[in-house]
Amino acid sequence: MLQELSHRTMLLLVEQCLNGLQYGLLLFLLAAGLTLVFGIMDFVNLAHGSFFMLGAYFAATFAALTGSFVLGAVLALAATLVVGMAVELIAVRKLYGRDHLDHVLGTYGLILFFNELVQLVWGPAGMNLSVPPFLSGSVEILPDVYYPVYRIAIIAVALVVALLLYVVVMRTRVGMLIRAGASNREMVGALGINIQLLYTFVFGMGAALAGLAGLVQAPIQTAQIGMGENILIVALVVIIIGGIGSIRGAFIAAIFVGLVDTVGRAFLPNLFRLIMTPAAASALAPALSSMLIYVLMAVILVARPQGLFPVAGK
Amino acid sequence: MKKSLVAAGALMALVSAPAMAQQKSVKIGFVSTFSGPTAVIGNDMRNSFELALDHLGRKMGGLPVEVIYEDDQQKPEVGMQKTQKLIESDHVDFISGYIWSNVMLAALKPAVDSKTILVDANAGPSQIAGELCSPYFFSTSWQNDQTPAAVGLYMNQKGVKNAYLLGPNYAAGKDMLAGLKATFKGQIVGEEYTRWPDQLDFSTELSNVRAAKPDAVFVFYPGAAGVQFLNQYTQLALKNQIPLYTAFTVDETTLPLQGENAIGVPGAQEWVNDLPNDTNKKFVADYKSKYKTSPSFYGAQSYDAANLINSAVVAVKGDLTKKDDMIKEMEKVDFKSVRGSYRYGNNHFPIENFYLQDVVKGPDGTLALKTAATIVKDNQDNYHDKCPMK
Repeated sequence: MLQELSHRTMLLLVEQCLNGLQYGLLLFLLAAGLTLVFGIMDFVNLAHGSFFMLGAYFAATFAALTGSFVLGAVLALAATLVVGMAVELIAVRKLYGRDHLDHVLGTYGLILFFNELVQLVWGPAGMNLSVPPFLSGSVEILPDVYYPVYRIAIIAVALVVALLLYVVVMRTRVGMLIRAGASNREMVGALGINIQLLYTFVFGMGAALAGLAGLVQAPIQTAQIGMGENILIVALVVIIIGGIGSIRGAFIAAIFVGLVDTVGRAFLPNLFRLIMTPAAASALAPALSSMLIYVLMAVILVARPQGLFPVAGK
Repeated sequence: MKKSLVAAGALMALVSAPAMAQQKSVKIGFVSTFSGPTAVIGNDMRNSFELALDHLGRKMGGLPVEVIYEDDQQKPEVGMQKTQKLIESDHVDFISGYIWSNVMLAALKPAVDSKTILVDANAGPSQIAGELCSPYFFSTSWQNDQTPAAVGLYMNQKGVKNAYLLGPNYAAGKDMLAGLKATFKGQIVGEEYTRWPDQLDFSTELSNVRAAKPDAVFVFYPGAAGVQFLNQYTQLALKNQIPLYTAFTVDETTLPLQGENAIGVPGAQEWVNDLPNDTNKKFVADYKSKYKTSPSFYGAQSYDAANLINSAVVAVKGDLTKKDDMIKEMEKVDFKSVRGSYRYGNNHFPIENFYLQDVVKGPDGTLALKTAATIVKDNQDNYHDKCPMK
């Protein structure tokens, strides 16, 4: 009996770890752009969550227009890239020289602008994006453990993107400039690199990555106004834990945060029920599990104020 | 001499001015959510309130009606500020709206302290039905526990032996699960509260549900969260394995996004769009022709709120200083409600019927909510004896 119970708990743990991995990789897509923009341009972009939202809305719209999920996703990526670059050229560029408080104010204004824009264009009701037939359903990954194909696809896509990012950042000339920019901005400019163009490119790429996160999340959450705001807070936690400017740090921190949050939510209530009354447990567990990642961040900041993987030269 | 006459005349005018000013119009404040993912609910409430005013000729007791709509952004602190603003700087005669129980609880004190009559068109926190009850507070909806309690009765009828309960971690979520547990006779195999309102991915909780292998699942996820929950429940192929019972999770504001996922998911409600009384037929038909969509229960309750206020203003012939008389009139429910009829308990919460509702596909392929059965008649909430009002 006990053995069977622990076997079932193990299977549940595997499933919850997959959930955590999927959530963590989603956070990584969002955090990658955020950490690059923060690291290279020293720019605090609170409006990053708006690109997440736009990615979802674009994907839902284009998928409905073209009748194809994949085509809709590709068009949505291109559209968020363009919007991101336009935002950099029109608004963000004017803010680089200012201090962080101005960045926060300016990009908070952008959040309000995009929320209102989406309400005007798409209305307040939100939009649905269906999981395409070839990704719907579940597969048996372990005996008696079924996992949705769509969530496996999210994991796969995010891993591929992470690999591509690694190759671009570590093995190409553009990536070298990005790394150099993260370490010493002024020096890159002094060496005659067109830093403005690099900024626009990085900002657009970051927006497209956030858009990708939004569009893969759209079939799970539906596209909603303000959907990027809460997840952005978690993405900020990720880049702080990972070390600002570090893609590798963002990757590891994102998975770490995803796992801690999910496994905490899954098992804390039952753990608490072992040591206190069910009523007290159900009151305390949700509060504590939603605090868990912030506690984690505080502990890491005390031990390593620069984050887990600080960028060299900072 | 002439000068002092003029002064005396001016003084007279000043003295009589306040009495005249009161008679000019009926000012109503309406607090609901008009931005963010749940703005669609606030819009439905506003549309229905406006439609009620159209039907009343935009006058109450001969006085023109002025409504000031305020957005609470689904946040208790904002809802309280907006309520204070409506009372203190706009000097409204009545205040209405309120979707969320936590917002309602925050806004109660400013309204009651200023003796402004408040007609709550949705939220039904247990505290206000019990110890916090006030003569100035009226509900045109229900107390939170009542609807899930009706669902619990239906689950007993269906012979459900055990259930897993899920709801959001805020005032209404706790009431809802308590309401279900009050009537459901089976065993509770799991009970989880999720972060509110920001948690929209329920994969963690659903994995736990699947591992627990319950007979049935009961959830309360209003607004956008209901869309996401139901879509994920279907994506995980749980819908075919474990029957889902709901309260406030499928309605006309969410159905367009839930689509076929909502078919076969029962819920309970005190109002359904096809209730066969004449007031309701007119409300639903005129709503559809004016706004090109279907009204939800949020709207129906707002429509009733406008008519309840109207009944009070008519009874005192527009003299809004007679608050006690207006309260006495409102207690009688002397107007035709879209839900048929109801009466008020001592705590000013309705004693009313609850119906089983189902999603059905019409001949033209559109989905609509339909009344399937009456679950319970003349149901009163469980907190009214904690209310000191008699």
